[in-house]
Amino acid sequence: MTVRLADVEVGAELPERTFPVTRADLVRYAGASGDFNPIHWNQRVATSVGLPDVIAHGMFTMALAGRAVTDWTADPGALVEYHVRFGRPVVVPDDDAGAEVTVRGKVGALLDDGRARIDLTVTSGDEKVLSLARAIVRLA
Amino acid sequence: MALDRELVGRSYPSSAVYEVGRAKIAEFAQAIGSDDPLHRDADAARAAGHPDVIAPPTFAIALTLEAAMVVLDDPDVALDYSRVVHGEQKFTHHRPIRAGDRLVATTTIEAARTVAGNDLLTARVDVATEDGEPVCASTSMLVARGES
Repeated sequence: MTVRLADVEVGAELPERTFPVTRADLVRYAGASGDFNPIHWNQRVATSVGLPDVIAHGMFTMALAGRAVTDWTADPGALVEYHVRFGRPVVVPDDDAGAEVTVRGKVGALLDDGRARIDLTVTSGDEKVLSLARAIVRLA
Repeated sequence: MALDRELVGRSYPSSAVYEVGRAKIAEFAQAIGSDDPLHRDADAARAAGHPDVIAPPTFAIALTLEAAMVVLDDPDVALDYSRVVHGEQKFTHHRPIRAGDRLVATTTIEAARTVAGNDLLTARVDVATEDGEPVCASTSMLVARGES
């Protein structure tokens, strides 16, 4: 069901979402996005540049957090502006469980022109991985 | 090496045309785990008022990150690529990207500064159809960590 502007108030929370992130997900995202930086799939390269292990693409984390918004609006075209600051990397171990990214969101403000600002909190483990994450959606 | 402030405002020639295909949109949607029919089913997309399937909101990076590389290839931009990480990302959508779009990307340096030994460079990539209809802007802040 599509979320309508009339149903939205400041402070309302989006459904909390948890996304598993495995090495296979990173390989698939690398292929789809064209970002083949080896720190996202090769442990030897990742550790050689000082990372604890392979890390997820920041853009993959951004995409997952975006899904928390567009699954809620039930319309991926509603997201008109989206801004994140990459804080800490999502470290993805070489096992079947991988890492987890948790996305919490709430309506931060109602703007003009049928738009609402969604403030997101995105964590992996106990750490905030995006230090700023804001989406602006236009609702009917 | 510090970045030259005079780089701000520098714009580069537009990219070659990138033609958006339905299969690429579906592949990207699958990679981010989205099963939204608007990314896969043209009939569902048309019923929602779009001419064809639409791309997820971060799909533009598949063309804009490569377009932004023109900045790092500029000999006047003294940025050590081996130390570059993605600091911030912003998308502004005028409308969703959709299958059949023929897009060109034009990159402009929006900001360049050095903070605490780190070089920060912000590149904005404006994406438009080849006929000039604005589609979206993708702004990437790249950080080159200083030697510590």
